[in-house]
Amino acid sequence: MSILVNKDTKVIVQGLTGKEGSFHAEQCLAYGTKIVGGVTPNKGGQEHLGKPVFNTVKEAVDATSATVSMIFVPPAFVADAVMEAADAGIELAVVITEGAPVRDMQAAKAYAVKHGMKTIGPNCPGIITAEECKIGIMPGMIFKKGNVGLISKSGTLTYEGANQVCKEGFGITTAVGIGGDPIIGLSYKQLLPLFEADPETEAIVMIGEIGGDLEIQAAAFIKEHITKPVVAFIAGQTAPKGKRMGHAGAIVSGGAGTAKEKMEALEAAGVKVVVSPAEIGKAVAEVLGKK
Amino acid sequence: MNIHEYQAKQIFAKYGVPTPRGIVANTPDQAAVNASELGGDIWVVKAQIHAGGRGLGGGVKLAKSIDEVRALAKEILGMNLVTHQTGPEGKLVQKVYIEEGADIKEEYYLGVVLDRAKEMPVIMASTEGGMEIEKVAEESPEKIIKVAVDPAIGFQGFHGRELAFGLGLAKEEQGKFIKFAAALYKVYMENDAEMIEINPLIKTGSGDFLALDGKMGFDDSALGRHPDIEDMRDISEEDPDEREASRFGLSYVSLDGEIGCMVNGAGLAMGTMDTINYMGGTPANFLDVGGSANAETVAKGFEIILKNPNVKAIFVNIFGGIVRCDRIANGILEATKLTDVHVPVIVRLDGTNAAEAAEILKNANIPNVIAATDLADGAAKAVAAAKGE
Repeated sequence: MSILVNKDTKVIVQGLTGKEGSFHAEQCLAYGTKIVGGVTPNKGGQEHLGKPVFNTVKEAVDATSATVSMIFVPPAFVADAVMEAADAGIELAVVITEGAPVRDMQAAKAYAVKHGMKTIGPNCPGIITAEECKIGIMPGMIFKKGNVGLISKSGTLTYEGANQVCKEGFGITTAVGIGGDPIIGLSYKQLLPLFEADPETEAIVMIGEIGGDLEIQAAAFIKEHITKPVVAFIAGQTAPKGKRMGHAGAIVSGGAGTAKEKMEALEAAGVKVVVSPAEIGKAVAEVLGKK
Repeated sequence: MNIHEYQAKQIFAKYGVPTPRGIVANTPDQAAVNASELGGDIWVVKAQIHAGGRGLGGGVKLAKSIDEVRALAKEILGMNLVTHQTGPEGKLVQKVYIEEGADIKEEYYLGVVLDRAKEMPVIMASTEGGMEIEKVAEESPEKIIKVAVDPAIGFQGFHGRELAFGLGLAKEEQGKFIKFAAALYKVYMENDAEMIEINPLIKTGSGDFLALDGKMGFDDSALGRHPDIEDMRDISEEDPDEREASRFGLSYVSLDGEIGCMVNGAGLAMGTMDTINYMGGTPANFLDVGGSANAETVAKGFEIILKNPNVKAIFVNIFGGIVRCDRIANGILEATKLTDVHVPVIVRLDGTNAAEAAEILKNANIPNVIAATDLADGAAKAVAAAKGE
């Protein structure tokens, strides 16, 4: 079991023929992801990486019955691509692109929600169900199949966390990189119940960072609804206020969104909070009991 | 990206957000000319820097004659203005804004920011004009009226009424205020602003509302479609190292510690700083070399980190995903040839081809380079190296 995607998930790639889209789609195919086609306007009818290319998402969905779209279009076209996917009946859009304007994502997300489409990202590494389906840019080989679910705003901390979990002798069910932008699709609060319901997931790692209040919302949700053990790390305890730390959303503005308040809220919700990401693996071993 | 007050007011004017009249000047003589052009018998000379608290720092002064305008401009131009937002080092004033005096009856606060929880812009208003809004939020949050506006419907009359009633405005004042707020919302949306702050917004003796101050920041991701705003960029207001880094696709923020950090990915970069701190050291910077780190970017990273004289050791922490570690190891070798790296460099390379990378570094046998096995080991070695152990 897993959440959201598995070996049978049919995926199309918006921006398949571009440099990034092409490179990563090839890696996903090599991992075993069922990519069934791509969308690039005016390249419909061609073939790329052995898969059919369509002019529109609608045509691609009609022809392939794909339910998930991986989006690699340039930042200025992200909102258009997300809304096209929602309009065509895609169930989950995974947006890898970094640098989409906030106002665009605001509109695109509102439209996606209205159409019942889930979105992951933007500005994220994607989603991977270990040894089954990789939709994104993460290095597949570090995700061994196992019993830990992972949710993270950061790409490289996802790899760091997964790697430590696997080194401790455990593995990953599904790992979701939710992205570091001010407005993102699925967040902790929507993903936690999916892991709670997944019989194979026995513990959850959540990795957050400064800025916004998604981790605070998660803490409240965990307190009420999550029975599985949760390990958390919040990046940016040493980040100065008012400075943007790489991610568009990683900023403590007006004194709100600090690592400290998030860590305290999670601790109060019974989460095992680690002070350094180097402790994630050990903390998972502790909550699950060493294998 | 942030802009100056006078630039924000230029944008306001385009949208019909009323402001006092004013003209920017680079010299005392220009300031005097501007004052006579504006006319009247009272002017305000305002330092233009990207920081709040200018008045308290002595950067905003009232003049009652043209000669006084010239004298005050002379005093303010070239001064190193220190406010609570500039840090102790202050900021050099290179421009002054000469503005006509205003008849202030009441002072308010009005701002627009993104409410990340609601995922909508929120307009904030308060009767506590002139005070720092963070302070008001902390001490008397009930004095801030927040109205979220769903962009799908835009600014409606009810939004305006909620703000106007919240501020306790009289019936005859509401129309002008609501028009003001609606125009400000339009400024925010159409320019992809990240925040607008008018503090204070004033009501004059004749019942008009004027933006006495204006602060604007923009969504960097949207600047591509606003060349007019990009043209307002004042590079002298930006940290030269941060700017240099961004030219090479690196994201850099300088801090006041001793251990330079070079990391791939923003989250891991913050996590590395946190780990150094946890182990008793102090990070000298945040540096994300991005997903496609190569010899050139790594060399640039070393160069920028080493400009900081406080750096006693450097911790290179790379989790290679798509980027292969052996290529980064070669990049580090190249970098040590390109730049004089005179402090210990602790290198942790994990992920794709990590074993090959370790072999490359071992064979190169560079005296300053210390290999680390994982994040904890690397951070511990960096902290020890910085302490001279």
